[in-house]
Amino acid sequence: MERLKLVLQYFQSNSESISNGICIVLALVSVKLYTSFDFNCPCLPQYNKLYSLGVMTVPPIIFFFLGVLVNRHTGVMMDEWMRPVGNRSKNPAVVKYLFSAMLQRALLAPMVWILVTLLDGKIFICAFSVSVDPGLFSGVPNNTGLDVIRIMAKVPCKEDVIFQNSSFRKAVSRYVRCYSQAVGWSILLFLIVLGAMGRLIKPCFEDHAAFLQTRYWSNYLDVEQKLFDETCVLHARDFARKCVVQFFEDMTEDSILHLPHPPFISNVSERWEEEEERLHGVTRQEQMDQLLNKWYYGKPELDVTRIAHRPRPCVTWQDPGGRTLYSDV
Amino acid sequence: MDKFRMMFQFLQSNQESFMNGICGIMALASAQMYSAFEFSCPCMPEYNYTYGIGLLVIPPIWFFLLGFVLNNNVSVLAEEWKRPTGSRTKDPTILRYMFCSITQRSLIAPALWVSVTLMDGKSFLCAFSINLDIEKFGNSSFVKGMSETEKIRLLARIPCKDLFEHQEIRVAATRYIKCISQACGWIFLLMMTFTAFLIRAIRPCFTQAAFLKTKYWSHYIDIERKMFDETCKEHAKSFAKVCIHQYFENISGEMQSLHCHRSGQDDSGDEGEDKRSDEDKLLGIRAQDDMNKVLWNWHTSKPALALRKDQMDGENSSKLNGKINEGFNGFANGHAHETKKREWAVYYSKV
Repeated sequence: MERLKLVLQYFQSNSESISNGICIVLALVSVKLYTSFDFNCPCLPQYNKLYSLGVMTVPPIIFFFLGVLVNRHTGVMMDEWMRPVGNRSKNPAVVKYLFSAMLQRALLAPMVWILVTLLDGKIFICAFSVSVDPGLFSGVPNNTGLDVIRIMAKVPCKEDVIFQNSSFRKAVSRYVRCYSQAVGWSILLFLIVLGAMGRLIKPCFEDHAAFLQTRYWSNYLDVEQKLFDETCVLHARDFARKCVVQFFEDMTEDSILHLPHPPFISNVSERWEEEEERLHGVTRQEQMDQLLNKWYYGKPELDVTRIAHRPRPCVTWQDPGGRTLYSDV
Repeated sequence: MDKFRMMFQFLQSNQESFMNGICGIMALASAQMYSAFEFSCPCMPEYNYTYGIGLLVIPPIWFFLLGFVLNNNVSVLAEEWKRPTGSRTKDPTILRYMFCSITQRSLIAPALWVSVTLMDGKSFLCAFSINLDIEKFGNSSFVKGMSETEKIRLLARIPCKDLFEHQEIRVAATRYIKCISQACGWIFLLMMTFTAFLIRAIRPCFTQAAFLKTKYWSHYIDIERKMFDETCKEHAKSFAKVCIHQYFENISGEMQSLHCHRSGQDDSGDEGEDKRSDEDKLLGIRAQDDMNKVLWNWHTSKPALALRKDQMDGENSSKLNGKINEGFNGFANGHAHETKKREWAVYYSKV
């Protein structure tokens, strides 16, 4: 009982905390990618906005897909959603719960990227420097022969020669960065308030008992899938070993009867029986194929009364008088 | 329970996470190689394109082939593909599954190289600088009097900092091409991620039942191969032990057997059990030709996937003739009092 509790705890903590860990690692990867990415504004009026919007939106989409991919709940949710009904009825609340959990985790890394770009400001400067009114600032370089739009488009590029001796570029950059950081902080504040409100108000609107049930059954599905994979792996190993031994034995010329020794001679047969038990009676390719097919098309009902109350042999020692000396019961 | 969990983790970790580890190491190696590599564009119109695009395309092909070389499953796949059918049918879906999983792992390092190269922009700049329209980038009065070839030669020198004098045009052109290169890089990454997403997240909608089957049997093939190697090793060890023991017995004759007999009285239990377990491990194969036949048939005619039941029940026991084989008595040559009857027919009743 104790060991079972430990095993369950291990699986439960393992699944959730692994998902959270991966989610945080993706967020850190997005920050690192932003810092190592060499942002290269084209400084041309036609392309500035396009480039900036691209850099602000395409990486979040990539991180979102990655977040969905590496999350274990995606597979569990898709399995539960797409399976035929079989012996087990479908519960749409479980699918919804898994979907929302997966979505929340997958949205973290994209939000981190967007916030980091806004707080840094380079992208905003690249996108919106042409929209700034140069009359607000002094020191516009007017001896270059270029029109105003092109000059404003060159503001994000530090090393351009037309800005060498003036503070015009720095002033415009600071102005736009200020806007960018304001937008970034507002979005962050909005998200935090949304999260807090959601946490506080949720119990008023939903049925907590039903929520406990859905959470239990979604965790159960995850553990069940893991255990099925585990059992398949162990079964394959035993199947392989027996197949190989059988193959060797079939090759001999003289027919030798290989019978298991009676238990009182050696303990080899105990080990063999244990292994036979692990095979669960599945000893042919067609049986295994059928088993796997049935696992998908007709999942078993959620009722383990039969195996939980399987009769177990018990030994009772009685003396000639009929008194019980020892009993397993 | 704990033992099973540990064994499962070991099995799983040994196969999957080993391959994932190799895949990750190769990806890191490709990124490191790119940063350590000194990119030097030839800055000549005839060679720029070849150098730039070659550097974008050839190392990924090399990494892809290296991924195949380092993957153990390639030989498993080849063996399964080429073996004669024998008593076990061949399933093409398993071969496809194994090939797909090998290919997926091998594609990561090349994809990383391509995206890092595109994000850096140097190779695009080298390849496409001659296609630029230089008037867009500033004061280009110096090109007015040039012929076509001279213009192209000038444009080809843009990637080289020290060969091109008009710095602001060079900087503007570099920025422009780098911007296009980065856009291509992001789009490439988006496409790869979207394809991976489609394969992994949407696939369960279509072929889940068949997928469970192919996953089980391809894992089985791998494990069976390992088990066969293990069994062969154990067999070889027991074969060697028995062979050497037999040799000593034959050479020394009576003295050896006498010695064996006397010491056999002291610790007959342990030695007897060892000998018995060695004999067990031989699984009946006791000659070189037999072993050669075993190894030959393992490839040319793999056994069917159907295990016999070892225990017999009441009905089957009557079919047995109770044949007792004295083969194991070859051990103690000519010493009748040492005969060990190893096999016997026993009627069991399972109550």
